[in-house]
Amino acid sequence: MEITALLLSRIQFAVTISFHIIFPAFTVGLAAWLCVLEARWLATGRPVYRRLFDFWRGIFAVAFGMGVVSGIVMAFQFGTNWSELSRRTGAIQGPLLLYESFTAFALEASFFGVLMFGRDRVPKWFYLFACVMVALGTTMSSFWIMVNNSWMQWPVGYQELPSGVYEPTDWFAIIFNSVVWVRFPHMLLAAYITSAFCIAATGAWHMLRGGSRAESAIMLRMALGLAAFLVPAQMFVGHLVGDYTHDKQPAKFAAIEARWNDEQPASEVIIAWPNEKTESNDYEISIPYLGSLIASMSLSSKEVGLKSFPVADRPPVLIPFFAFRIMVGCGLLMLGLAWYGSLQIARGRIETQRWLLFAIFLSFPLGFVATLTGWYTAEVGRQPWTVYGVLRTADAATPFLTAPQVATTLVIFAVVYAVIFAAGVAFIFRLLRRGPASPAAPLPEDSNPKRPLSVPDVGAGPTQTVDLASKGGAS
Amino acid sequence: MTEFWTAVLAFTILLYVVLDGFDLGVGMLLALMPDERGKRHMLAAIAPVWDGNETWLVVAATVLFAVFPLVYSILLSAFYLPMFVMLAGLILRGVSFEFRERSNHKAFWDWCFILGSLVATFVQGVAIGGLVEGLPIVDGRYAGGPFGWLSPFAVLCGVGLCLGYALLGASWLTRKTAHDVQALAFRILPRLLFSVLAFLMVIFVYSLALDLAVMDRWLERPVLFVFPLIGAALCALMARAIRQRRELMPFLCCTGIFAAAFATLAVSFYPYMIPFSVTIADAAAPQSSQSFIFWGAGIVVLPITVVYTLVVYFIFKGKVTERDTYDDTPKLPE
Repeated sequence: MEITALLLSRIQFAVTISFHIIFPAFTVGLAAWLCVLEARWLATGRPVYRRLFDFWRGIFAVAFGMGVVSGIVMAFQFGTNWSELSRRTGAIQGPLLLYESFTAFALEASFFGVLMFGRDRVPKWFYLFACVMVALGTTMSSFWIMVNNSWMQWPVGYQELPSGVYEPTDWFAIIFNSVVWVRFPHMLLAAYITSAFCIAATGAWHMLRGGSRAESAIMLRMALGLAAFLVPAQMFVGHLVGDYTHDKQPAKFAAIEARWNDEQPASEVIIAWPNEKTESNDYEISIPYLGSLIASMSLSSKEVGLKSFPVADRPPVLIPFFAFRIMVGCGLLMLGLAWYGSLQIARGRIETQRWLLFAIFLSFPLGFVATLTGWYTAEVGRQPWTVYGVLRTADAATPFLTAPQVATTLVIFAVVYAVIFAAGVAFIFRLLRRGPASPAAPLPEDSNPKRPLSVPDVGAGPTQTVDLASKGGAS
Repeated sequence: MTEFWTAVLAFTILLYVVLDGFDLGVGMLLALMPDERGKRHMLAAIAPVWDGNETWLVVAATVLFAVFPLVYSILLSAFYLPMFVMLAGLILRGVSFEFRERSNHKAFWDWCFILGSLVATFVQGVAIGGLVEGLPIVDGRYAGGPFGWLSPFAVLCGVGLCLGYALLGASWLTRKTAHDVQALAFRILPRLLFSVLAFLMVIFVYSLALDLAVMDRWLERPVLFVFPLIGAALCALMARAIRQRRELMPFLCCTGIFAAAFATLAVSFYPYMIPFSVTIADAAAPQSSQSFIFWGAGIVVLPITVVYTLVVYFIFKGKVTERDTYDDTPKLPE
């Protein structure tokens, strides 16, 4: 394959957005989790909720910071590497991203400051309000991003001007179409499930290590209980996403299924090695009729194959095919863990089943892997189009970029991201390992309501801050 | 409506320059502070707000994207390499804030913070310089090659902006801090002010020498001289405030100086957005895009955003101590 500026731009976009999505996938759910913990702490006054809140706030801070800085890159990359895309679709994508930055980005960034530094400077209700605003901000952000991306998957409500610019004609159709409203819940659920498994894994880890028993039990119970409902819900919504793909992006659907020829009734390829040269599958294992059943809920429907599309309009097959299967596999694993784990918790046996705790502990990457592979399925499956059926990726790139230019920035970003990713993960790991409870240090509110040392409760290292304050109070 | 969005764009850019300007400035000044306690004190002065400040860059970028997609696509692709260098700088300084508190290699993250701030500022200055000098645009597309924006004049503007942001940062520190950090700020303020003035003079003379097209506008519109005059008056006021050790006044003056400089540029470009090839009217998005964002983002969300930005500043008003930072290590004796 020839190394062109286009190829490098695509790699760069894939690298930067894959890096970025990890953090929102984590923080969207964590922000909601922090709201729940803060509300429970206000309602019950039980210190365990406050300890959990402070613990997760520190982790949220690191992940949120990395999400913000890596997100800024996205706002610029449309112009730098995809200037034709931004020139032609700017009238549609620009306003959507503007709504994102206005409603979401500014909201979360401002109240994040209150969340981190403001506990002693604002009334309690306002602090909870700030938590809710941060959570709302992260959710709004994903909403507008999903509207924008869905327009690229299924462009509606526009007309093309002679200059090649796409002029929006119907904003209602752009925002309230069925594609947006299955894909946005799909992403939101993915984020919640990802966070739930991180929280459950942390609980399992500390339970295995024998520390922070009350906190671990709460984390496991709440996170797995939530996942037990959300994972099946996600599978249902995922099926709806599949339906829209089947109806509106048949080439992508065929690639996901590795279906080369039109079939009636269609079989379902469970696993195979799709071979784009021979236009067939090697080592295929498939189940008759199941393909029609999944795609059209019938045993006799005709399902379209890749060969029905000109080669120039076909997406790559390998990546969507395997990414989709990895995503579904992760989903099934998570379903099993959530249901079985919740059952054992309900029976009060979770603490004795160390292998189960170990499995839950190891499950933390599942949500991330599923989210990433889901995005790879959607985005690679959309190729060779940037705006499906309208604007080809090759025509969307900045025309005068040279390969050395893009190679330079790609290297810069690979290095910068590698450094901050390694450091960020190491810090998050350290915070997680320290755990939420430090039994020797009661909460400041428990021991001395009027702390002589009014150390603002800043800081991402909650247990230490609490430590510090209570020691101050005791001295 | 295009006028409204032009005004919003100008407002958000100015807001970004002033707000992120002072925290980028503090970032650069961190190099002058030798001891850890002082560093924490300096960081504490910007810790709660830097994130919100940087957001205005994204807001300005999305306004540009939404309302003037043509300018967005030309400028960002023209400044391809500098844009990425700036982003890398902003990323490094952004994460350093939190990482330095958790890391065993504090010095490494401090330098990431300092250099990230410096590089991001320098690139912004270079971009402004390149824009003033004029970009080669053919048929609505940049045609200058990877380094078409680079010139001695642009580099000069880059250095000038570094000094300008440092001035802004130092004047913020006199307001937000006390003791040795404040003393340091008062000590360097006169030098910075002098350097900024010197640079402005050099840039002015240089642009006369280059016979830049921008300068012709000044002859056509003598009213333009009002803004530099306001700037000069504010410089004098600032010098006096520094001498009298006033805490808030230097920052206000400095903000005024930046506003005057910004207005000078804006008025000498008008009605062009990219001088002298793309006008506001050429670049504006269709009416349907502008009114979609006007009725929601423009007249509802933007005022609210400004209000809660003010609220957050109000919450964190007053002096900070070195403890108000991303604190992670107990410093009290056991």
